[in-house]
Amino acid sequence: MIGFWTLFEKEMLRFWKVAFQTVAAPVLTALLYLLIFGHVLEDHVRVHGVPYTSFLIPGLVMMQVLQNAFANSSSSLIQAKITGSIVFVLLPPIPYSAFFAAYVLAAMVRGLMVGVGVLLATVWFVDLQVVAPLWIVAFAVISGALFGALGMIAGIWVEKFDQLAAFQNFLIMPLTMLSGVFYSIYTLPGFWQGVSHYNPVFYMIDGFRYGFFGVSDVSPLLSFGIVFASFAAVTLLTLHLLKRGWKLRG
Amino acid sequence: MAAAVSIVDVVKRFGSLQALAGVSLEIGEGEFFGLLGPNGAGKTTLISTLAGLVRPDSGTLKVMGYDVIADFREARRRLGVVPQELVFDPFFNVRETLRIQSGYFGIRKNDDWIDEILANLDLTGKAETNMRRLSGGMKRRVLVAQALVHKPPVIVLDEPTAGVDVELRQGLWQFVRRLNAEGHTIILTTHYLEEAEAMCNRIALMKQGKVVALDTTANLMAEHPGASLEEVFMRTMRA
Repeated sequence: MIGFWTLFEKEMLRFWKVAFQTVAAPVLTALLYLLIFGHVLEDHVRVHGVPYTSFLIPGLVMMQVLQNAFANSSSSLIQAKITGSIVFVLLPPIPYSAFFAAYVLAAMVRGLMVGVGVLLATVWFVDLQVVAPLWIVAFAVISGALFGALGMIAGIWVEKFDQLAAFQNFLIMPLTMLSGVFYSIYTLPGFWQGVSHYNPVFYMIDGFRYGFFGVSDVSPLLSFGIVFASFAAVTLLTLHLLKRGWKLRG
Repeated sequence: MAAAVSIVDVVKRFGSLQALAGVSLEIGEGEFFGLLGPNGAGKTTLISTLAGLVRPDSGTLKVMGYDVIADFREARRRLGVVPQELVFDPFFNVRETLRIQSGYFGIRKNDDWIDEILANLDLTGKAETNMRRLSGGMKRRVLVAQALVHKPPVIVLDEPTAGVDVELRQGLWQFVRRLNAEGHTIILTTHYLEEAEAMCNRIALMKQGKVVALDTTANLMAEHPGASLEEVFMRTMRA
């Protein structure tokens, strides 16, 4: 267990030492989204009877949880691989399950810290309700863990920073931006509504939003089931890759 | 003498490259063993298989009797490796780096031993310095320190003196000699053959993934009267 805790603490320290870049910057980005979109659409759009700015905030919080959880584990692994310092975690007797847990937990914590930061920075602009806090916590935790694990797969898989950037820009960013952060999918044409139902991030944001407003496009229980199943699948895949030492051990 | 390291018929290919072509070796406890050969001979691949960084295609490797695959946790606890490349984590200072490395091996509150290693490697004054700010020679010594934090009985030094100035090199060898005298098994790869000649009791010469000579340093030298180890090395490689 000491190996796990040490790796977890190291991963925490790694992002905390550059918190201005890893925590403060994404909070500012989310705040800018809120100011611009809120200003333009507040008087024109209501979703599920909720004013647009209020509707937007949970989506922005979840988007930053996901993107930062992914960024934490993926950037840590690719950086260690490229600099060669990955040997320091490969030489010790750390079980691959502890390796997985430490990276995912640290990624999740960073995602949640950024999420809380976004909430604290934006909550002043609206009268935000909290209807079901347990759903809020449950969706934030499981979604952060899922994207932390996805970040591990990306970090193990890619060999250069530009490959990781492609992964982020062409997969993670569209998945999060097109998941209902800025809109309800029921405002979309039928075809795109159908497509959105294949995006697991849609269920994360929809379920998370339910915790605030008590309304959602899909039942929160169904959303949680889908997100949990996705997490279980990604976890199994990551553990399998780590056990094989794929792209880590020659 | 019990075997500290046992390597039996280890084969490793990387695509079309035969990196290890059936290497067998046994290194006794307390030996100061030299693993020499030209670039591409397979020394680092052999060390990497021993450390679990590379998986052999076939063959077995044991550290202090523990198989490096089946009993990898026990084997890795008993092995300290100083990697050839000058690698470091730029987020941490020297003391943090060593505390973290101790933790990876399951050891907390290891500061007494860390202080001793720092003193022996002349790093005490740099303990709170970020790794990025150290010179190449200093970084090399931190790598040595990292390999020693868990007091492994077997220590592998993969070209530890590359880029280290003469004074620091002397200090490093003094410390490694002391570790060897205390019972640690030392496995050394180096291109400085005079260092190997001075330090190693026994030497294996590798060429194209095979061990082509294996004997005590004295016997190897005796086979070529009047020759230095460098000349013995050159003759063996040309043969």
